Amino acid sequence: MNSPDDGKGRPSPARPSLFLERQGYRRRRLADAARLLPFLGAALLALPLLWPDESESESAEALSLSSAMFYIFACWGILILISVVFGIAARRMAARENAEPGAESWRR
Amino acid sequence: MATLNVLILVCLGYVVLLFGVAFAADRVAARGGGKWLRSPLIYTLSLSIYCTAWTFYGAVGNAARSGLEFVTIYLGPTLVMISWWWGLRKLVRIGRSQRVTSIADLISSRYGKSNTLAVCVTILAVLGGTPYIALQLQSITLSFSIFAEADPTGLYREGSSVFWVAAGLAVFAILFGTRNLDANERHHGVVTAIALESVVKLFALLAVGIFVVWGVAGGLGPMMDQIDASEIGQWHVDAGRWTTFIFLSAAAFVCLPRMFQVMVVENDDEGHLRTAAWAFPLYLLLMSLFVVPIAVVGLDLMPEGSNPDLFVLTVPLSLGNDWLAMLSFIGGFSSATSMVIVTAMALSTMVSNHLVMPIWLNTQEGTASVSGDVRTIVLMARRVSIAVIMALGYFYYSLSGGGAALASIGLVAFAGISQILPALVGGLFWRGATRTGALVGLSVGFFLWIYTLLLPGMEGGIIPASVIENGPFGWGWLRPQALFGIEGIDPMVHTVMWSLSLNTIAFCVASMLSFPSPLERLQGAQFVNVFDHSVSARGWTGSVAQSEDLMIMTQRILGTIPAQEFFQAEAERQNGRPGRLPEPTPQFLERLERELSGSVGAATAHAMIGQIVGGASVSVEDLLAVADESAQMLEYSSQLEAKSAELSRTARQLREANAKLTQVSKQKDAFLSQVSHELRTPMTSIRAFSEILRDAEGLSAEEQTRYAAIIHDESLRLTRLLDDLLDLSVLESGQVSLNMDDATLNEVLDRAVSSALAGSDRKIGVRRVRANERIPLYTDLDRLGQVFINLISNAQKYCDADEPVLTISAHDVGGQMVIDFIDNGSGIPTEAQSLVFEKFARVGSDKAGGAGLGLAICREIMQRLGGEVAYLPGHAGAAFRVSLPLAYRQAAQ
Repeated sequence: MNSPDDGKGRPSPARPSLFLERQGYRRRRLADAARLLPFLGAALLALPLLWPDESESESAEALSLSSAMFYIFACWGILILISVVFGIAARRMAARENAEPGAESWRR
Repeated sequence: MATLNVLILVCLGYVVLLFGVAFAADRVAARGGGKWLRSPLIYTLSLSIYCTAWTFYGAVGNAARSGLEFVTIYLGPTLVMISWWWGLRKLVRIGRSQRVTSIADLISSRYGKSNTLAVCVTILAVLGGTPYIALQLQSITLSFSIFAEADPTGLYREGSSVFWVAAGLAVFAILFGTRNLDANERHHGVVTAIALESVVKLFALLAVGIFVVWGVAGGLGPMMDQIDASEIGQWHVDAGRWTTFIFLSAAAFVCLPRMFQVMVVENDDEGHLRTAAWAFPLYLLLMSLFVVPIAVVGLDLMPEGSNPDLFVLTVPLSLGNDWLAMLSFIGGFSSATSMVIVTAMALSTMVSNHLVMPIWLNTQEGTASVSGDVRTIVLMARRVSIAVIMALGYFYYSLSGGGAALASIGLVAFAGISQILPALVGGLFWRGATRTGALVGLSVGFFLWIYTLLLPGMEGGIIPASVIENGPFGWGWLRPQALFGIEGIDPMVHTVMWSLSLNTIAFCVASMLSFPSPLERLQGAQFVNVFDHSVSARGWTGSVAQSEDLMIMTQRILGTIPAQEFFQAEAERQNGRPGRLPEPTPQFLERLERELSGSVGAATAHAMIGQIVGGASVSVEDLLAVADESAQMLEYSSQLEAKSAELSRTARQLREANAKLTQVSKQKDAFLSQVSHELRTPMTSIRAFSEILRDAEGLSAEEQTRYAAIIHDESLRLTRLLDDLLDLSVLESGQVSLNMDDATLNEVLDRAVSSALAGSDRKIGVRRVRANERIPLYTDLDRLGQVFINLISNAQKYCDADEPVLTISAHDVGGQMVIDFIDNGSGIPTEAQSLVFEKFARVGSDKAGGAGLGLAICREIMQRLGGEVAYLPGHAGAAFRVSLPLAYRQAAQ
């Protein structure tokens, strides 16, 4: 910082950027999220297997069916909501991609 | 009280409504309108054929028996839908780009268009689908029977009603599933009708649920209390069954032929998946929301032993709410009919494409079949297949008696159809998956499914009880329900675990060990990397735009005017409006394809039109056909090229020959004019002097003698010239006969020198080295002598030195006898050296009076003798070199 080195601080305009621009980066992370979503769903839906069962344990109080229903439908609803958000984002990205044909294609 | 007759009337009315909707939708779609027909909403709703009567009625029954386990059947598809980004999207993209018509078609085209695989998948699908159809028939019949019990006046016979239901569904499926043979296999009418049906069934179930919660239980809170207080009120789920069923339903959701039909084949736009990804899980959530309340209320209200599968129907009925019951009945009816129709359609496509058509084409081999011919055959095959599949379902139902065996048949069918999963997923994501692997995996899974689930589950004991208990031949580790001796697993979980895991292992191992064919490898690359190879699927483009594209393409191929004429004629034929572009109807496209194939080949034309009309990319098979065609064209054009090269070669030869002829003719003309000139000069003087002798008076004797001498000289010259010409022509024509004789060079030279110098006033001195001249010869001595005389007399004539001396030297150079004649004059100028051997060529003035033929004759003679005479440059005087090959000399010895 002390030495007035001009060449270091500025990015040279001729060289292509090492990193994606912000849009492309967002797109990729969004696709990552889309890939992870089913795993999140599977994890949420596998969780009930850990709950105390009426048949196997006498000590622990078995969970009531209404609570179980509440949990499962809540998980279901959350997954749907995330999916809605992702659907909207994907639509926007697709629209932008169509608008600028030169943009990095957002396929995978 | 809703009587059975009212019910039947309502049913018939509902079916008529469906017919109307399907018909109208088909009409609208055919006219290219109806954007809403291709909306994401219709697509999502059509997916809901997943919810069959089995889920409509059976979910409540399942909940009444085992609590929340029913929800697994809906959770699996939910997980599949939310992972659309890397799963279904790829499947749909491949389905569109490869113009896939069914799941069997997809598997077969992935593995190199193997029809064996397609047949396997088809058989599996039919085996799994038939009991499923029977289940739907059963649910309709059961719901009828509920109303029949409540209506003692009605005459109701179970068997006949099943028959009529099956027949009616078959007619509906035939009417709308096989009306036309679209390249894309899309049926807008049927899809719209099943979308309507899914709205109806959701509405019916929600209505019953709301009625139960708020009408019977008295609100959400009391309902929850009632649920917790009921016999299923505590969380109890078998972990194995829970996970297995979620997995199984997810697998079946992708693999079921009817799901594939609506999800992939009928898909119009890839973007619809975006909406369906959340909308369809939402639909499933709504469908299952009230299942537990209905089950709990049903358990509470209904007498012991009543069928919980029919609570949806019996609860409103027992509470006297007839209209709700009717609505619920229509809901169940909808679920059953939509499932049966789509399944029958999907299966019939598979059966006709992969079983009937290959057999038919094989039997027809050799006979030329026109395209329209095949179309009707395909449609016929599909219609018959639908009828046969429905009949199979009916017979299965009547044979199994509609007993409890049907209750679990839904899951059994799921387990069967899921055997496709390894081949499908492997095919989509793994390039190394091969046809052999798919076949082996599929066979292993299929066999295990039959052995461990289908046969033991069948009543009537196809497998004897002893085998189930002790295994075949007493081998305990092969017991159908406890493979490898692992006991105590739920039969369903047992089958799914073993069949799918062994299926996958067999698939992977066989894939790694086998080697795929080229087509298979290409297809594998296209499938796995579909996003690299295909453009993002276009949305619907208007029909006019398509016509324009077609027009542009046709113009490029046929030329502008023929293309315009063709399109105008077509427009006139279609609607009598010649000014506009024709609609791209199938007939028009067929004609256009035929027209284009005349120019570019059938496969190319097909691929081009498919590209524009179907929005589908070109498959590998198309490409191979195109390559074949281009290879043929290339071969043809290379043949043409060879011919044209030959022609140009011949033309060049002709040109050369012509040029030679022209040159020869010119030479002849020049020669003739030279000869006449040479003849004319002496003739003129002879004529002049003879006229003087004749006419002049008083010539002195001396003058007379002089003139006569001139005439004599000139006629001598003429004679010499004529002799020379004759000689030359004889030599040139090659008719000269040589008198071969033995002599030495010495003798020949002696004779030549003495005769050349005879009669000359100013003799040239001749210098010779006689020792070198003792070379024996075997040749035409006179002719050789003639050459020598000519050269010596030329030297004598032309040597301009004061003391003319001719040096004749003979020696041996490189196997040749060489005689040089060199004088001491000023020689021949360089520019004339090349001309001295031409006819009539004379150097300087013609003071010597020769005709200029001497050297030409010398050259001809030497050529005849096998030697040559040439001017020897580089000497002060004129120098000629005569060479004769020594072979002549040796030949003489």
